[in-house]
Amino acid sequence: MTKFQFPESIRSRPIYGTLEPRPGKVHLMIADAEGAEALIDVAQAKPDLMAGANIMYFPKGSGDTFVTQLQALGPAQLYVGPSYSASVARLRRTLTDSHMGLQVYLAGTEGLIGQAMLEVTTAGIPHSAIQTEHRGSVARRMQCVHCKGITEDVMTDPFVCSHCGLNLFVRDHYSRRLAAFQGVCIDAEDPGNVPDPVELYS
Amino acid sequence: MSAGTNKIAVTVTDVSVVNALVKRFRFERSDGGLLPTFSGGAHTVVEMQDGDTHRLNPYSLMSDPMDQTAYTISVRRDDTGRGGSLFMHNSVKPGDQMTISYPVNLFPLDLRARKHLMIAGGIGITPFLAQIKQLSVMGERFELHYSCRNPALGSYVDELTEQHPNTTHIYYDDQNQSIDLEQLLGGQPLGTHIYVCGPKGMIDWVRGRAADLGWPREAVHYEEFLAPRSGKPFEVKLAMSNKVIQVGEHQSLLEAIEAAGVDAPYLCRGGACGQCETDVIGYDGKFLHYDHWLEDDQKTSGKKIMPCVSRFEGKTLVLDR
Repeated sequence: MTKFQFPESIRSRPIYGTLEPRPGKVHLMIADAEGAEALIDVAQAKPDLMAGANIMYFPKGSGDTFVTQLQALGPAQLYVGPSYSASVARLRRTLTDSHMGLQVYLAGTEGLIGQAMLEVTTAGIPHSAIQTEHRGSVARRMQCVHCKGITEDVMTDPFVCSHCGLNLFVRDHYSRRLAAFQGVCIDAEDPGNVPDPVELYS
Repeated sequence: MSAGTNKIAVTVTDVSVVNALVKRFRFERSDGGLLPTFSGGAHTVVEMQDGDTHRLNPYSLMSDPMDQTAYTISVRRDDTGRGGSLFMHNSVKPGDQMTISYPVNLFPLDLRARKHLMIAGGIGITPFLAQIKQLSVMGERFELHYSCRNPALGSYVDELTEQHPNTTHIYYDDQNQSIDLEQLLGGQPLGTHIYVCGPKGMIDWVRGRAADLGWPREAVHYEEFLAPRSGKPFEVKLAMSNKVIQVGEHQSLLEAIEAAGVDAPYLCRGGACGQCETDVIGYDGKFLHYDHWLEDDQKTSGKKIMPCVSRFEGKTLVLDR
């Protein structure tokens, strides 16, 4: 199952939609792992759109599962990168060279969607004009509010900050500026009294 | 009370002819004080006592938004209109005392934009004159594409091309010059916002092409003032104030409500801002909706009317006012 319905939460928590083809000449599609399936859905809804599609794809743990399928869609460009963070320079260059009318489609994990959203809005596209669809893992990109370090792909609550080692409670409080959820020390008042970690949304 | 109805008593200190159709008016505070600053794109509502008729017409402020000593507006004469522009052209002289409203901005710059792309048609140039002054001070990037009928009627073309030779592009209809919109909108860097002010046809054209080319709605701004249209006289009952009023042929519903001494909200008086939206309690007849505020389903619902521009034909109309 790659689609997950997030329960309703506080206003700060991002809400994702379903990608749909939009008018435009150039379509920038950024996805990781099962996010590829959302791109495939767009291509099936409007196959001729792919002639203007520039796909940046990060397989993460999915290996080659989706790469051949993405190739088969016939995009104008398909870049398969080792990780999002290794491809930021490439994304920035793509945005610098782009023109208004560019359509942006983000699909996959929350960490990827959030970080790409930050780059694209910084480049000048209003956030409400960027399409997103969550697919695959519900892992989160967390910021430790104490040491400010980022821990990627957090799957349990609480978790241990990979920078300072504090036990952090996973909040729905999200920062668009940091593209991360906030993690707050769970045993500050009673050090060592840490509940057993539970998998997110289990 | 209505927003934007704080009034300022002003003296007309200059009236100059810009060209065969346009005159420019300069207002200074009658008490000698300073006027409020405003932001580029703002308008003021000018009150005119034209014989028995009391007119309130909105005009874009075109002076430097930081210049508090005076406001200037440009008025295009409309010989077939309801008479406000003719009154300004024929009757307003230097030294006259007038009343204007505090500035209200329904066409502001989005200062998050990386670049401001302005598209003007005819007298629609006026808000851009103030915006360009504001952007020049801030060192922001802009580009103006200004379409006018011919060189003789191109208001402020000389001033603009002299001060901003690299960012001003002029198109003359009578020389078959027109904006290549496809090319223009297709080549703008990310973060560009479009501003369009001019005739309805031009606004629809730009908005339509921008949408086709995938521009986000949030990056396309437009301003179109509608002058209230004349029409058949009609009678209206104001339920809250318990009054029956007559709306004259050349009077808007809003003006008739005001003439009856009822304080109704307004801001733009041109069908754009939504401030004067009024609930309909009952009616027997046909609405003539001329605004671009109400959604189509609201217009057909018979429950709302924008009295600043819209009219009514029929037997009875009862408003919640």
